[in-house]
Amino acid sequence: MPLDLFNVGDPIADTKAPMDVPIAERWSSRRFRARLVNPANRRKMTVIVVGTGLAGGSAAATLGEAGYKVKSFWYQDSPRRAHSVAAQGGINAAKNYRNDGDSVHRLFYDTVKGGDFRSRENNVHRLAEVSTNIIDQCVAQGVPFAREYGGLLDNRSFGGAQVSRTFYARGQTGQQLLYGAYQALERQIAAGNVEQHARTEMLDLIVVDGRARGIVARDLVTGEISTHFADAVVLATGGYGNVFYLSTNAKGSNTTAIWRAHKRGAYFANPCYTQIHPTCIPVSGDYQSKLTLMSESLRNDGRVWVPKERGDTRDPREIPEDERDYYLERIYPSFGNLVPRDIASRQAKNVCDEGRGVGPNGLGVYLDFADAIQRLGLSAVEAKYGNLFDMYNRITGENAYETPMRIYPAVHYTMGGLWVDYDLQSTIPGMFVIGEANFSDHGANRLGASALMQGLADGYFVLPNTINDYLADGPFEKVDESHPAAAEALQGVQDQVQKLLSINGTRTPASFHRELGKLMWDLCGMERSEESLRKALDRIPEIRQEFWSNVKVSGDWSSFNPTLEHAGRVADFIELAELMCIDALHRAESCGGHFRAESQTPEGEALRDDENFAYVAAWEWTPESAPPVLHREALEYEYVHLAQRSYK
Amino acid sequence: MTLTLRVWRQKDPSVKGGIVTYELADISPDMSFLEMLDVLNEQLILGGDDPVAFDHDCREGICGMCGVMINGQAHGPEQTTTCQLHMRSFKDGDTITIEPWRASAFPVIKDLAVDRRAFDRIIQAGGYISAPTGTAPEAHSVPVPKKDADAAFDAATCIGCGACVAACPNASSMLFTAAKVTHLGLMPQGQPERDDRVVNMVAQQDREGFGGCTNIGECSASCPKGISMETISRLNHDLLGALRAGVRPKS
Repeated sequence: MPLDLFNVGDPIADTKAPMDVPIAERWSSRRFRARLVNPANRRKMTVIVVGTGLAGGSAAATLGEAGYKVKSFWYQDSPRRAHSVAAQGGINAAKNYRNDGDSVHRLFYDTVKGGDFRSRENNVHRLAEVSTNIIDQCVAQGVPFAREYGGLLDNRSFGGAQVSRTFYARGQTGQQLLYGAYQALERQIAAGNVEQHARTEMLDLIVVDGRARGIVARDLVTGEISTHFADAVVLATGGYGNVFYLSTNAKGSNTTAIWRAHKRGAYFANPCYTQIHPTCIPVSGDYQSKLTLMSESLRNDGRVWVPKERGDTRDPREIPEDERDYYLERIYPSFGNLVPRDIASRQAKNVCDEGRGVGPNGLGVYLDFADAIQRLGLSAVEAKYGNLFDMYNRITGENAYETPMRIYPAVHYTMGGLWVDYDLQSTIPGMFVIGEANFSDHGANRLGASALMQGLADGYFVLPNTINDYLADGPFEKVDESHPAAAEALQGVQDQVQKLLSINGTRTPASFHRELGKLMWDLCGMERSEESLRKALDRIPEIRQEFWSNVKVSGDWSSFNPTLEHAGRVADFIELAELMCIDALHRAESCGGHFRAESQTPEGEALRDDENFAYVAAWEWTPESAPPVLHREALEYEYVHLAQRSYK
Repeated sequence: MTLTLRVWRQKDPSVKGGIVTYELADISPDMSFLEMLDVLNEQLILGGDDPVAFDHDCREGICGMCGVMINGQAHGPEQTTTCQLHMRSFKDGDTITIEPWRASAFPVIKDLAVDRRAFDRIIQAGGYISAPTGTAPEAHSVPVPKKDADAAFDAATCIGCGACVAACPNASSMLFTAAKVTHLGLMPQGQPERDDRVVNMVAQQDREGFGGCTNIGECSASCPKGISMETISRLNHDLLGALRAGVRPKS
């Protein structure tokens, strides 16, 4: 790899997981060894939590209950809007309520394998352990999970698993779990334990004497830019899928908080690992502003197919059974339609590339419920998936009870994120990163129903235990806005806002965002190659340069100005895009969602190169003129043996 | 499609707002309503004008952030959120009037964006079950009858968008409050705080300046999630029971 793109620094390692005990005892051992903070001292310490999704909302509420003074920040009007609300399918937990052979160890195994052996065993095992506590906690909060007639909890299957361990609330599981965390958070706000900062966006991290001590944030209503201080900072600001412009993320989802923390010294791990979800509604036009997911749970009963012949434009209902190719069932007889997301997405791309795609632009495959309706009856299918069929109808104008849905893969989740150790602490002491914003648990591919599990595991059970060990050294010396580090950060943010408003060019922030997104989808999307990535790396600096000389942001800084907010986020996406491409280029293997055209098996599956790439790539930011520095964290597998994934 | 838009413009709460008319061409019927507004805003920005401020986020009908009055109807002519409304619901040449939610408890921030934090304060008053992290018993220790769980879920699907308030001639938040009272009141876990919850949430909605409920039903008719009026009956039932039992709101 040429050195002009990056430099190689010292290896990095997690030093917090106790390796002297077996894996099943490591989490309890860490909890025992981590120092505690007594309740009287907790009252003297402040923790900033940015973001109120499943991870941030649950962490802020739990830290408030524990007695810390919490300051919670979110960019929407209410914490209930965070994009966790849109998660549809469910949440995994190793309860083994179905008596189908599930266990903590099996959930651990499935997750490591599903992540294509690029996640940390210790973190994943802990995730599987606390999964059962999450269900208990959410039930106690009144989350209305789906139940059987006997009053006990129902389960469904999800991709990448042969057991039924997914708990759900119709197609709105994320919404119901988020409201549980949101209500717990509002209870702590009412109790005075959490101070709320609605419609406030973090724009920089304040680092004093090597410790994260606060943030610079802009009040999106008044435009006021101010500093906020604490003894520790927790980022729970979600993923960066919107770097592709079109994704299933909310329009406001962005990378700004983690990217600016990265520029303050936090390493960014595996930025190229992005999840392309196989079941989304296909793009319909250039004006499109977002893509909508159809829950993976639909693959439980829906069958995926395309016509056997290229360019078959007949109405799908008129295509006889023997002229259809149920390609997932054909290629993967044992998992069938329930293969992991990365595999289902890539096969959809393959059949479309062969010219067998369906719909107006040939970029779609059928998801057919005719068999399920015949087997279970219309009303049963409606009860299970009704809201998804309604949503499909609203967006496409088609009735999926009568004709098959058309679906196509879309960017959905980012497994990469800020590097954290077993305690979820970043490389900046005092800054913790939880939920999708960190990189920790999903390796190169996340299994369905595992994002909700990880967000709540981090927020309810992991962070509130590990953060004490850091705060045991606190309270730290008081800092305020007069401190040079704070003044410098504040000035930097003010300068950037002024700069964005003063360029007064000829293109809107959205037009740059669209251009960047298309480039990333074409060149760093479902399939990447050295050639495509080099092309992207040639083009991105040009986009960045044009952005900073030709963007047009109307309005002023001192009022509600969504265009200004968007401009700042696009600026960060452009920088992140470059790092994603460098990471994707340097990783000359395929693994999970990262598929390099040069590295595939004869059957076209992702071919890993464990000898050279069984590591986490943690990137250190360097000032603009210097290339980023790669720090490798070696991945060792003691319990799950490295193997070529097979779902056949 | 070619459209005439009549849009409420108001720079901030301190100034008087008014309707401004825009002409918009080349709108596809497959666009969502918000994508149509995106097109307008791109034109305004390039023309050096201030774009129309409106709230939105997930654009898939679940976050509850979007919501405007469209030709006098909350979220427009279909029973869905503004982001899920598509232009195929309109005709070429239509004139569309777009205004913010109207309620004194939802002050305008700018143009079509309003402040709905009053809803959060109603939740703070009691819209939760006190179950601090770590205290939960095994999930299967308390079975919940399926019909109760399903009915609780139906009420819990409220997304807090505020359409009910905007549609109500009294600007009442009763449907929002009732949805939460119903959800938690149907779950066995919600019983210990049931009386206090309803009394305090109702007291808070009064303090916020929402109007009283006179059972008109516009709220439910305009609710994108179809929250039923039955939740309001449940709230009233719980409220009367609690008041008779001597429960009074916290001051």
